[in-house]
Amino acid sequence: MSEANENKGLIRRFLDAPPDSVGKTVFVAVALCLVASMVVSAAAVALRPIQDENKLRDKRINILQVAGVYDENTPVNEAFEAFEPHVLDLSTGEFTDAFETSEFDALADARDPSIMRPIDEDPAGLGGQMQAYRLVYLLRDDSGALDKVVMPIEGYGLWSTLYGFIALEENGNDIFGLQFYQHGETPGLGAEVDNPRWKALWRGKKLFAEDGDLAITVAKTPPPEGTDYYVDALAGATLTSRGVDNLVRFWMGEAGYGSFLEHLQAGEVN
Amino acid sequence: MAQTYRSQLIDPLVDDNPITLQVLGICSALAVTSSMQVALVMSIAVTLVTGFSSMFISMLRNQIPSSIRIIVQMVVIASLVILVDQVLKAYAYEISKTLSVFVGLIITNCIVMGRAEAFAMKNPPIASFIDGVGNGLGYGLLLMVVAVVRELFGSGSLFGITILETVNNGGWYVPNGLLLLPPSAFFVIGLIIWAVRTWKPEQVEEREYKIQTVEGH
Repeated sequence: MSEANENKGLIRRFLDAPPDSVGKTVFVAVALCLVASMVVSAAAVALRPIQDENKLRDKRINILQVAGVYDENTPVNEAFEAFEPHVLDLSTGEFTDAFETSEFDALADARDPSIMRPIDEDPAGLGGQMQAYRLVYLLRDDSGALDKVVMPIEGYGLWSTLYGFIALEENGNDIFGLQFYQHGETPGLGAEVDNPRWKALWRGKKLFAEDGDLAITVAKTPPPEGTDYYVDALAGATLTSRGVDNLVRFWMGEAGYGSFLEHLQAGEVN
Repeated sequence: MAQTYRSQLIDPLVDDNPITLQVLGICSALAVTSSMQVALVMSIAVTLVTGFSSMFISMLRNQIPSSIRIIVQMVVIASLVILVDQVLKAYAYEISKTLSVFVGLIITNCIVMGRAEAFAMKNPPIASFIDGVGNGLGYGLLLMVVAVVRELFGSGSLFGITILETVNNGGWYVPNGLLLLPPSAFFVIGLIIWAVRTWKPEQVEEREYKIQTVEGH
């Protein structure tokens, strides 16, 4: 070691050391990982509140839109107060107090075991399990009578799981609207589920035929029950259309909201 | 310094375009060019990531052990990409919903790695930054050109604003569905490469083989 070298500080000597030595290799690797992970986690933590806010806002806008009460000029959270959230037990079709409505979304996002149950038949492509409880929203008219019900639905299309809401009239049979807030379908083809013209096709359709069977279908030709139960499939998006058909029929069926819809039709929900 | 900063910034646009000349980064060019808005955000994201990753790697270049240099480059690039993704999720939520998957894929974009390895490891930070930005812009320029073709003829709109009223919305234009599918970007990029190389024949690579004429009688 030369004298000049010893006079340099520790850091200087370290920087001058050949990069390929074992010690330096380990040091660079560890230091870089530490710095990088700190930067990344700091960004994630700092931006988390804004991101959560965005997500919630987006979901609420979709609920407002599907119920036909979205107005760009009204603050979203203010407009959303008109909705009455309830946790629904799908097996009984009745509301339950077992979960806090404000905390339910977090449980659902985490697929918490306490709200999930396995399913044998999985036409909607949910991955072998579904939520046994769901957060639904009631909208009342000015006199306080039940006006619409908004229910979350989801299922697999061609590339992705489509997440959305369906809004029903208070009779539990007439569809008011349906729309998806998250999906990864092909732009221009499957992603036409977002096309306002297609979404408008759902309004006024009926879920159940007169004999009480689930009749609603997304298809290329109308079912024998008639066009009241028929939404025209998307051109060029056979598999996405089939996915939407499956998921609507699944969630409106017995395994899904079936028993709740019976209560609705009997006028027992208010 | 053989190159001026100006030429570093401008050369990659046409003369040394990472996509048309080097044919790098076309995977993401296929995925994000079906709408202009998405392509624009992706271009900006890639430009920022290439610029800053080149700059940081260049700052570290004398300290990076050559045995782990690729991993070190990846860590720097990946961290920047996650930053971009987080910022998009916070401030451009609508776009991040369609782009999130592809933003993650910037990490594997050959252009970013290529500039880090080929340029930033041997050059000072400012030059590396400009080189990265230039290449990002070259990538972005091509993305935008492809996106114009794909969105205009595939959806009848530009930046989401309707130009050709499509039949679905009651207009006259029957959109070309093929242009919305990823393979069409191959065709469009191929045509662009053809056009550029006709315009600038010096970009044409030499053949790796020679066609021999057989003397016959």
